[in-house]
Amino acid sequence: MTAAMTDAKPILAVRDLEKTFGSLVAARDINVSVPQHQTVGVIGANGAGKTTFINMITGHLTPSKGTILFEDKDITGKPSREITWLGISRSFQVAQIFPTLTVFENMCIATAIAHRKPGLFGNLTTPARSPGTTSAAEAAIDLFQIGRYRDVTANALPQGVRKLLDIGMAVAGSPRLLLLDEPTSGISIEEKFDLMNVVMSALKTRAITVLFVEHDMEIVARFADRVLAFYDGTVIADGTAHETLDNPKVQELISGVRLKAPGGAHA
Amino acid sequence: MASRAYLAGALLFLAAAAAGPLVPDWVASIVTIAFANALVVLGLVVLWRVGLVSFGQALYYCLGAYSVALIARWTGLTDAFMLVMFGGIGAGLVAVLVGFLLARYREIFFAMLSLALSMILYGVLVKTESLGSTDGFTVLTPTFLGYAPHGKELGLMLYWLTLAVDAIAAVLVGLYFRSVAGALAAPIRDNEIRVEFLGVSVSSIIHTKVVIAGILGGLGGALAAMAIGHVDPAMAYWTTSGGFVFVTVLAGSGYVAAAFIGSLVFEAVRSFAVDVMPQLWQMTLGSVLLLTILFLPEGLGSLVSRLRRRGEVKAP
Repeated sequence: MTAAMTDAKPILAVRDLEKTFGSLVAARDINVSVPQHQTVGVIGANGAGKTTFINMITGHLTPSKGTILFEDKDITGKPSREITWLGISRSFQVAQIFPTLTVFENMCIATAIAHRKPGLFGNLTTPARSPGTTSAAEAAIDLFQIGRYRDVTANALPQGVRKLLDIGMAVAGSPRLLLLDEPTSGISIEEKFDLMNVVMSALKTRAITVLFVEHDMEIVARFADRVLAFYDGTVIADGTAHETLDNPKVQELISGVRLKAPGGAHA
Repeated sequence: MASRAYLAGALLFLAAAAAGPLVPDWVASIVTIAFANALVVLGLVVLWRVGLVSFGQALYYCLGAYSVALIARWTGLTDAFMLVMFGGIGAGLVAVLVGFLLARYREIFFAMLSLALSMILYGVLVKTESLGSTDGFTVLTPTFLGYAPHGKELGLMLYWLTLAVDAIAAVLVGLYFRSVAGALAAPIRDNEIRVEFLGVSVSSIIHTKVVIAGILGGLGGALAAMAIGHVDPAMAYWTTSGGFVFVTVLAGSGYVAAAFIGSLVFEAVRSFAVDVMPQLWQMTLGSVLLLTILFLPEGLGSLVSRLRRRGEVKAP
């Protein structure tokens, strides 16, 4: 463990986490502790268990074994809406938005839910639109810089804007931990950095702890304080971006061999 | 905008109430039935907004009607206000139970399961000879806080009672549509996963809608039972449910008022068609529905938004 990982109280602590589907082991022996305000990148090949990991933390999947503590509270196996209520939000690899509503309407729904009193009674008695919810929606649209698409129906949005809207809606509930599943997937290489800049600066202003899954190593190196490398369902490297990306095992199994040593077998 | 809609609604309500004594009895009676049925349609509109169609809404209609008829028969209670309330409560309680099952289904499965449940009630009623089997039985003449009118006065009182229940239902459903639970209809239709991950239980929202639609169905059935003066198992039959869906398609889901106007148009067209072409009235209704779907796919209510849009374009 490096200094960067231990100097703050953990917001998320995962112990011995395992998920099996029949005989298939999708995740095993995952032990991770994330301190507050850290930005953690998660890398790994397809099927390495990254999304399974995120799905277990957000309640989309119930772990087969192990515990997940969020702010010292056991959230293992709780339904996703309860976990959202406790302060963990997520975005999706394929943006999950409301396609027939405009960007503004999408955001208003998210802020209205965030502003309501809990439970069925709260759903029935809180008005969907109030000055508070609409101004919060406008603020979120500004924060994620999608103002020029404010009145565009979501199914007509460019890919990058969809992603920003998805993340913006996840942030509307003022989460303390945000999980981003491949925020830049489906985005062209030229746009990836701009998108991540917008997202990360927005999240910094809200002081949110972030865990993001990413395939592009340059993005990971640039934006992550710390990087977890997944392989075959478990974490094979955990350290600062520099440490993890330079780990020979990571290079061999995930990021591809960087041909530093000339004359090797791969040359 | 909302306050203007309420003002227009209140004016229409007062105009309709004032017109009661002036129109012929048969007109008042048709309008009473139309406005009682409009409550069932309003319930279907609540469901339709979230993308659900119930082909068994007659279940609640029939439950409301039989609640009124049976309570009057067994206890001698004839107060119309109490009976309407019990009709709504009875159907609402069944909707609470049925909702646990229905809230898990969508699309055709939801529609068919609703249909099946209503046909179970139909089957039970048909087999229950003590309740008159397929013939049903007569509903005791209702009273109004001790006042026991007959003939024209009775019809008028029922007309006003129906209007009053409609007005209350319209205001409450209007408020519901503006609440978070009501506003989540389109989002749930679009993407349930996102709604769950925003922290809302989709099934509890849908369950609520089933209950609201059930209560409205029961109120409609209770009013219809008193207006017709008779209940029979056909009130739960699938063609009755089909009729309500028909009116819902005619009305569209855009506005609360559309349910009432749609129901009124439906009864008017039906009465006219039966009168003019007794053999072909169903064909006339079918043609009206066909034309609606072809030219007004979002129902009569969309005429309002079209006019409004035209107004906006004209305004400089």
